[in-house]
Amino acid sequence: MTNTIGDVEEADVILVTGSNTTENHPVLSSFVKRAVKYKNAKLLVVDPRQIKLTKFADHWLRPNLGTDVAWINGLMHVIIAENLHDKAFIESRTTDFEGLKSMVEKFTPDYVAQITGIPAQQIIDAARMYAKARAGAILYCMGITQHTTGTDNVKSLANLAMLSGNLGIPGGGVNPLRGQNNVQGACDVGGLPNVYTGYQPVTDEAVRKKMEDAWGVTGLSEKNGLTVTKMVPMAHDGDIKAFYIIGENPLVSDPDLNHAEKSFANLDFLVVQDIFMTETAQMADVVLPSACFAEKDGTFTNTERRVQRVRKAVDAPGGAWDDWKITSEIAKRMGYPMAYKNCREIFDEIRKVTPSYAGITYERIEREGLHWPCPSQDHPGTPILHTQQFTRGKGVFHAIDYIAPAEKVDDEYPLYLTTGRVLYHYHTGTMTRRTEGLNERAPESFVEISAEDAKKFGIEDESTINVASRRGQITVRAKVSDQAVSGTVFIPFHFAEAAANKLTNAALDPVSNIPEYKVCAIKLSSAA
Amino acid sequence: MENQNTIVINGNRFNFTMGDTILDVARNNNIEIPSLCHLKGTTPTGTCRVCVVEIAGQEDLVTSCDTKAVDGMIVQTESARVVASRKQTIKEMLSMGNHNCAVRAPHEESWTAYQLKVHADDNSPELCPAWGDCRLQDLAYYYQVSGSNYSNVETLYPMEMANPFIIRDFSRCILCGRCVKACNEIQVNNAIEFGYDGDKKKIIAGDDKLLKDSDCVFCGECVQVCPVGALVPKDARFDRAWETEKVRSTCSYCGVGCQIDFHVKDNRIVKITGAEDTAPNDGSLCVKGRFGFNFVHSEDRLTTPLIKENGEFREATWDEALDLTAKRLSEIKEVHGPDSIGVFTSARVTNEDNYAAMKFTRGVLKTNNIDHCARL
Repeated sequence: MTNTIGDVEEADVILVTGSNTTENHPVLSSFVKRAVKYKNAKLLVVDPRQIKLTKFADHWLRPNLGTDVAWINGLMHVIIAENLHDKAFIESRTTDFEGLKSMVEKFTPDYVAQITGIPAQQIIDAARMYAKARAGAILYCMGITQHTTGTDNVKSLANLAMLSGNLGIPGGGVNPLRGQNNVQGACDVGGLPNVYTGYQPVTDEAVRKKMEDAWGVTGLSEKNGLTVTKMVPMAHDGDIKAFYIIGENPLVSDPDLNHAEKSFANLDFLVVQDIFMTETAQMADVVLPSACFAEKDGTFTNTERRVQRVRKAVDAPGGAWDDWKITSEIAKRMGYPMAYKNCREIFDEIRKVTPSYAGITYERIEREGLHWPCPSQDHPGTPILHTQQFTRGKGVFHAIDYIAPAEKVDDEYPLYLTTGRVLYHYHTGTMTRRTEGLNERAPESFVEISAEDAKKFGIEDESTINVASRRGQITVRAKVSDQAVSGTVFIPFHFAEAAANKLTNAALDPVSNIPEYKVCAIKLSSAA
Repeated sequence: MENQNTIVINGNRFNFTMGDTILDVARNNNIEIPSLCHLKGTTPTGTCRVCVVEIAGQEDLVTSCDTKAVDGMIVQTESARVVASRKQTIKEMLSMGNHNCAVRAPHEESWTAYQLKVHADDNSPELCPAWGDCRLQDLAYYYQVSGSNYSNVETLYPMEMANPFIIRDFSRCILCGRCVKACNEIQVNNAIEFGYDGDKKKIIAGDDKLLKDSDCVFCGECVQVCPVGALVPKDARFDRAWETEKVRSTCSYCGVGCQIDFHVKDNRIVKITGAEDTAPNDGSLCVKGRFGFNFVHSEDRLTTPLIKENGEFREATWDEALDLTAKRLSEIKEVHGPDSIGVFTSARVTNEDNYAAMKFTRGVLKTNNIDHCARL
């Protein structure tokens, strides 16, 4: 997030898109709801499903799946046409505005309505509302990113925020909501193929030299590594021989699971380090038991870049170890000693090699976390980014055209499927499905379908049906719901026995390599 | 400053900001005025009347939580009239329900009958679940109040156990309305409100449904703010506050990073509550964060390294498993090159764990093939 969670209540217009906030970030959603109900903020929800937040919204715009660039360009078209853009901000803080302006010229409300299905007047109303905000916050989640145009979608939202001068101010910002507790931190400390800690590029010789000196090694690789979504297909083709997997369950969470399963079967060696015998661990040659969050010390970094303490409350069961200790022991046995006494020593090393974390110490975050960048111990942390300038200096407008999703409906597969989570479960369910009460509330998978589609395809509420895509088939219960909009169904991906990801499309965004989980074509048939 | 607004509380003069209530001014200056219904961050209601104070020149006592400070006001927070009023209020609350802790002073002839009735209502021989962690009990001790006339208090509404997380015990509800405030003004789930009138008054969900059939999403904010034993976490019903140790940490579900307190007893987590007075959540949690921790102590946890031989896992020592892993990775690196190996680190583990995995991948395996589930 460019801004903080608490800052959401400072906004007078909040645009939420591709985020089912009340189910996926419930506590954060209460900041949105309070802003609307008690602080007179206006709420714009852009989402293909009639999610709970739409009940709080002044406008709910319902786009066809995968048409985000079109509606965002449409908003910008109206803002420029009606002269509502922030000329001072554009002049002083950005470049390449002319390119954007000519790109969005063709995205008239009528043209956008044809692509997105959002009525032209709603585009106009939403554009006016957002542009006239004193402070407009944008909140988005995987509904924006999990597309073959995910990077385009995010850049488009940044365009929109810059166009209206909504960056670097309290209550503004472009705010991705991180779906897992430490996605932010895993990225921050270099759990990515192209960067070391603090987003320092692996292709930068000076950075490599710094790391080699800090670690006492030579010969660090100078080429970018591969993303998960590239590595798995490479295992299929035999170019990757071994995986070391820590705390992940790709055989439920990966797209196009049937293909992924073959990839894993093709490996020479698979080691999985986890707290449970997951679907992925079942396929391993070696399984290493690790301690869970309640059994370890350390830090997580939340979605607002706040580094917070994690503390050990109970002992790990049996012989389970801290993840860092297991990794260090493997390193030692491969001839490189990683002899840390405790996690604090590791954190101190992170601080040494990471300018944005340099000022954060365990002592300073004993009571409350700090937002990076925090370059020195007397720096208060940075709750709001880009207040004076962007990281690279001036913000660049990207002229982005609309590209349709990779897969379209046709006669054989006539419905769109989008996937996500439900309130009572989390990701692949290895944790939440071991709490009886959560299972009682949400016992099984389902396909959420509109009454109109149910009638059209002869689907009874609560009946068992087969859902098939070009890649696979699962059997789930039908849930006729007013949350669904005709033409699109929704299936949660938590449930391994009816894994939604057997259906999803592994087509990737060319830049981020994120799969298009949010759009694929399916067909329904009775399972009886 | 000339134009400074001031009030006098218990003989001391204090500045205040326009809009502050008497309670705000007192608490800002470390003067304790007791309260039950007042809930930080929500609109005050003056319902419980425990926070009454005496204002010079005014005949009636006023509730300090919803009375604005006015320049020149002279306030007494513990005058004889105030104390008498509070004692009466507390006594009435104690008399209206199953408050079977020691503050229900034994009335020789009726004590046993009363206890047996409460035990029957509770279906348990334990004292009230909130015993030792109850604001009403604290105040009863502080003001030396005991309940009386309690012998045949009728329990109007039966206890609601019909959901996995929250016990609603109407017999112990003092109708302070903190839960209603928490649900509507903090979490804004709008699931509960006051229903019925007079003696039948009750906190209801929807049109008096069971919680499980209502709009409730089981965030448990109401349980956390309940000052008595009316809302209790089902799994930790009789876990006593003094038997548990609190450990502050960060929730491990979504990216909000709510601050939590583990309540630990005998090396087991018995309860999780939201950490108050700290960002980002200031006490709030969701159903997963508050109630979804059973996995920690699950029988299914992996407790020993495993090695697969002939398609079957067998238990192994750490040395065996680590040696085998190091040997196989070294061989594959040697034969097929560093880039034939990939590491998936995790958005679930700590920064320190991730850094170790990153350093191992780059510094030992000598590949940049490291990624995690950010995209998934």
